[in-house]
Amino acid sequence: MISGRARRSRNDVRTYRVPLVVWIIAGLVLFFLVFPIFVVIPISFSAANFLQFPPKSLSLRWYGAYASGHGWVEATILSAEVAVVASAFATAIGTAAAFGLIRSDFPMKKAIYGALLSPLIVPSIITAIALYFLFAPLHLIDSFAGLVLAHTVLGLPLVVVVVAASLRGFDMAFERAAMSLGAAPWTALRRVTLPLIAPGIATGALLAFLASFDEVVVAIFLSGTNAVTLPKKIWEGVWLEITPVIAAASTVVIAVTVALFTALEVMRRRSESTTGHALR
Amino acid sequence: MSLTIARSERSATTRSPDVRAAAPKGMLAVARRRRQSLQNSRWLLVPALAVVMLLFALPLVRMLWLSLFDPGFTLAHYADFLGSGTYLRVMFNTVALAFNVSMLCVLLGYPVAYAINSTSPSTRRLFLIPVMLPYLTSLMVRTYAWMVLLGTHGMVNNFLSLLGLGPYRLINNSLGVYIGMVHVLLPLMILPIVNAMQNIDIRLVHAAEGLGATRWQAFIRVFAPLSLPGVAAGSCLVFIISLGFFITPALLGALENMTVSMLIENQVGVALNWGFAAAIGIVLLVATMATLALAMLVVKAAGSRMASGGVRLV
Repeated sequence: MISGRARRSRNDVRTYRVPLVVWIIAGLVLFFLVFPIFVVIPISFSAANFLQFPPKSLSLRWYGAYASGHGWVEATILSAEVAVVASAFATAIGTAAAFGLIRSDFPMKKAIYGALLSPLIVPSIITAIALYFLFAPLHLIDSFAGLVLAHTVLGLPLVVVVVAASLRGFDMAFERAAMSLGAAPWTALRRVTLPLIAPGIATGALLAFLASFDEVVVAIFLSGTNAVTLPKKIWEGVWLEITPVIAAASTVVIAVTVALFTALEVMRRRSESTTGHALR
Repeated sequence: MSLTIARSERSATTRSPDVRAAAPKGMLAVARRRRQSLQNSRWLLVPALAVVMLLFALPLVRMLWLSLFDPGFTLAHYADFLGSGTYLRVMFNTVALAFNVSMLCVLLGYPVAYAINSTSPSTRRLFLIPVMLPYLTSLMVRTYAWMVLLGTHGMVNNFLSLLGLGPYRLINNSLGVYIGMVHVLLPLMILPIVNAMQNIDIRLVHAAEGLGATRWQAFIRVFAPLSLPGVAAGSCLVFIISLGFFITPALLGALENMTVSMLIENQVGVALNWGFAAAIGIVLLVATMATLALAMLVVKAAGSRMASGGVRLV
């Protein structure tokens, strides 16, 4: 109520008062959304043999278990490697495609855009079995290459969407100015356009990385005993044992996600401030 | 973050028609060629299209082939699936689950979006963090967290036992599936709704109130209809994703909560019945595409751009 009155006193016509009940519901729903994530982290530091929340005593023993064997570290490294290679492919191919889409006109453009986005819409179980049927005779099951190929196609639409959006929002005046000052088209592209849309490309790359790093369904089918990704390892783990070692592995996944997003945000802010200076 | 993307996308598309209208077509083409590098760079699409064709379209065509030829042409796999009461019930359960999850997400997501949208842009960014954080966290991790929370000796039951209640069975049944799926999909409902609400001119609501409507009437008659495109986009998104859901129902549900995806996995992994699995996959794919086409028609009929921006989000 108080916040409502304060807002109205600012006399802002663009806002409205939300009844307290709605705020309470919203608060509870937001709590529901974040709570499970914040449960996993403390459990991973538990000293107990079983899942305990809040943990009565803290230790790093489950990280020790994570580090010492049963393939957890190997799985994490493999996931990171697959994600790096797949997102690099997706970013390169997807950025090129975004330029092709935004900077030229041709018939069926919408259909082609739709085709590029289709891996996002088709349920991942279908993509998974379709790739499984294709890869099985090619001996690509349970291989690094197979996982990279699959994750590239899953990450590609994310890059296309994000880079196309930042290209649409890009003010062509910058590029035109560079060219009127004598820059060759390619130079203008490399020195002006690409740095300006770099945050978009980085966001696309990051989303592609996470799409691969967190991907389970395709990995369940495409990895066997040899090339096991971290989410697949967690998937196998939850059927067998509900020990805090999975919480430790999950915390590693959460930490990687948060770290990457913070890095991206920092990079975006920095590039915003530098472009701001450049414009001034 | 995704919201800003959708917004910039929209502002760009609304700008372009005026530019095109301003100059005759030929002149425009010349001007454009001068204006930007990589003009007419269709060839840049080739690698991406090749990847999608080879690693996505081709596998799907092969799946269709597997479902129809065994080794000669046959519709037996489809007949098996569509002719069996058990399998049809799985299909029906999946659709019902997807529908209920979408409705629950609307019910829970709309108040959140409404509250978030009433704040100033900077506060809004802050409020969107608890929405984005779970969205960006691994599906596997979130499902695991619910297994921990809802188990017989899980946190929720421990807490309830302090109050002298329970233990209740919260997992390996429909309740667990609903809790897990709503949790996973709710951000995909909230984001498009907030996106649509941001475009509503609140002065319209104030005008309605000024003309004598009560706050409730102003909300129902003015605000709510204007926010509907976001609700439609979010529901469509959640419904489509729910249809193909696999991990969460597999880990939090029981046998009677089997979804089409779980059936497919079972046929590939355990029964080794590729042709049958492929046929189910095709049925699921057709169902998904039909929903999407229907939703697009509805959105088109509503003539709204907001919703398509929301769908493009993910």
